[in-house]
Amino acid sequence: MVDVLTIEHLYVEVEGKEILKDINLEVKSNEIHAIMGPNGAGKSSLAQAIMGHPRYKITKGDVKINGESILGLSTDKRAQKGLFISLQYPIGLQGITLFTLVRASLTALKYKPTDPSQKPNLPLPQIRKDLEFYLKKLGLDDSFINRYVNEGFSGGEKKKSEIVQMAMIKPKFAILDETDSGLDIDGIKIVASAIMDISRRETGLILITHYNRLLQFIRPDYVHILMDGRIVETGPAELADLLEQKGYDWFKKGL
Amino acid sequence: MTKVELSFDYSKYNFRDYVEYEVKFPKGLTEEIVREISRIKDEPSWMEEFRVKAYRIFAEKPMPTWGVDLSSINFDEFCYYARPTSKKGRSWEEVPDYIKRTFEALGIPEAERKFLAGVGAQYESEVVYHNIKKELEKLGVVFLDTDTALKEYPEIFKKYFGTVVPPNDNKFAALNSAVWSGGSFIYVPEGVKVDLPLQAYFRINAQNMGQFERTLIIAEPYSEVHYIEGCTAPIYASNSLHSAVVEIIAKKGAKVRYTTIQNWSVDVYNLVTKRAHAYEAATVEWVDANIGSKATMKYPSVYLLGKYARGEVLSVAFAGRGQHQDTGSKMFHLAPYTSSRITAKSVSKDGGRTSYRGLVHVAKGARGVKSSVRCDALLLDEKSKTDTYPYNEILEDDATVTHEATVGKISDDQLFYLMSRGISETEALNMIVLGFFEPFIKELPMEYAVEMNRLLRLEMTGAVG
Repeated sequence: MVDVLTIEHLYVEVEGKEILKDINLEVKSNEIHAIMGPNGAGKSSLAQAIMGHPRYKITKGDVKINGESILGLSTDKRAQKGLFISLQYPIGLQGITLFTLVRASLTALKYKPTDPSQKPNLPLPQIRKDLEFYLKKLGLDDSFINRYVNEGFSGGEKKKSEIVQMAMIKPKFAILDETDSGLDIDGIKIVASAIMDISRRETGLILITHYNRLLQFIRPDYVHILMDGRIVETGPAELADLLEQKGYDWFKKGL
Repeated sequence: MTKVELSFDYSKYNFRDYVEYEVKFPKGLTEEIVREISRIKDEPSWMEEFRVKAYRIFAEKPMPTWGVDLSSINFDEFCYYARPTSKKGRSWEEVPDYIKRTFEALGIPEAERKFLAGVGAQYESEVVYHNIKKELEKLGVVFLDTDTALKEYPEIFKKYFGTVVPPNDNKFAALNSAVWSGGSFIYVPEGVKVDLPLQAYFRINAQNMGQFERTLIIAEPYSEVHYIEGCTAPIYASNSLHSAVVEIIAKKGAKVRYTTIQNWSVDVYNLVTKRAHAYEAATVEWVDANIGSKATMKYPSVYLLGKYARGEVLSVAFAGRGQHQDTGSKMFHLAPYTSSRITAKSVSKDGGRTSYRGLVHVAKGARGVKSSVRCDALLLDEKSKTDTYPYNEILEDDATVTHEATVGKISDDQLFYLMSRGISETEALNMIVLGFFEPFIKELPMEYAVEMNRLLRLEMTGAVG
């Protein structure tokens, strides 16, 4: 079944300041969308507003999954509806290992006992095996399973660990915010190929990026250009190439 | 990872037995009661005199005016001695049924079978059960209740008793010295390493009870031992008092670890003096968790008396509604090249209060000392409070002494990150708090780590108190 994420006339404020205006987007779970834009355009704000971060206040519009609004739901409930976000700056979790995080996540998303007095019945050995598999795929060694999440990770390791979590969760929609930043070119290739293998056109991807680099390895179906809080242009993958050649300033003048 | 769950839950701590006591003194404390305690225990006269002297010190010393609020303590409202039975079992069959059931509900006999080298269990004033594995006994390890040790090992006892914490140390050490009863006595001969932990479990059952156990650990050169104590009591509407004294002597190259999981009910004043003497190259580690009690004042300390001696304190505190945990540590560097490390972590919630109080002393002539102190406090809401009172007395200029302190709140970003993985807000908070305590929890034997995690979860959900 193809799921649909719809963003309708969305307006978002931070501390009383309007930072996103009239955003419209429809993403199917078998599509790849890229949202590109200069620094400060509102890309990360859009990602976090969709996921329900309390800092972002939605003043108008709606976000729906399969026609049902998710705006009344807390962040964890949105995750349970199939949304996933990979943060631009994943925060360190003192004392919480990747294994603990994934176990808690899968307990909530997939193995929640129907009777709350019962213990969840997680296939822990399989989860560990899967973790090892995806860590390897992303070029991280097994030791990451027992390391505290994002504590002492390099920028690239943080991004890779986010993709490992996405692989374990297998969401309907994944918003990947600047996943390419902090990665060298080999890292980008590894991460891009992992994202494609994992999503297999069964997870709708929203790739938020400043540069075209990631998009050379993951060709999007649609490219949206976000400037000053508005989507100003939508086009095919070639739009990203054009933007790369000409720059945002040229593009802005042409508007 | 093998997981052994002790088969009890928190609600099971809050039960009480209706007991016919063999002996139960009337409330209040006089010199006559002190002498009576000594008589009833059939003690040598030096101990009776020791008690009486201590009682006089206690009566003279004013109440401390720092630390927690002690103003509602009325020494006349406590019972200072209650004996459920005069029998001390070496097997659980010898323990009266209702007491055995208590300790079974607390999981003690099961824990003993599974992973302990020896167990002591104290109920009110007296130890009712004490046992140690035969192999250790053959190696000369002594693990007895303190009263029995006084009778069976009078010379060793007299040589060390009261030498680390003298009665005039503080008002509550004086009180304990006057009315002490029960506790553990451990003697580890030279070179003997006790692989599994020895455990004592302390239970207060009666209302307005005072428990004053006295623990003495002597680790001969190059020996090793790990002692664990746990404590619980049912909740009453009026106060109880727990005032223990612990003395450790770690001789050359010896290694002693003392772990406490204090989970008294929220009507118990917990005012405890714990101190160790560490001789050359000896290591003493205090691993100290304070989860329960109404108010705790406890600062495990180490006198580093010989070169290269090492002291370590890992202390965690959790203060919920109506609780004040005033904890910390004192390290006295009295010899060259000694080192110490203090790590203190606290969480305050629902108006609870935590304080870190610590002293690092480097004596004249103690060259090359290294000491580090780190305290981290986590406040879960606006009503809760935390303070830090670090004191340094450094009399040598080449000492390396560091102090770091942080106070944190749980950030929206941390919660958002966990919740974006589908985890509920409550569970996310639990995970952050457990993660905060992780450096402590990973120092516990597996079985205790599991139990500690569960206690903290229950505290977080407010199921207690």
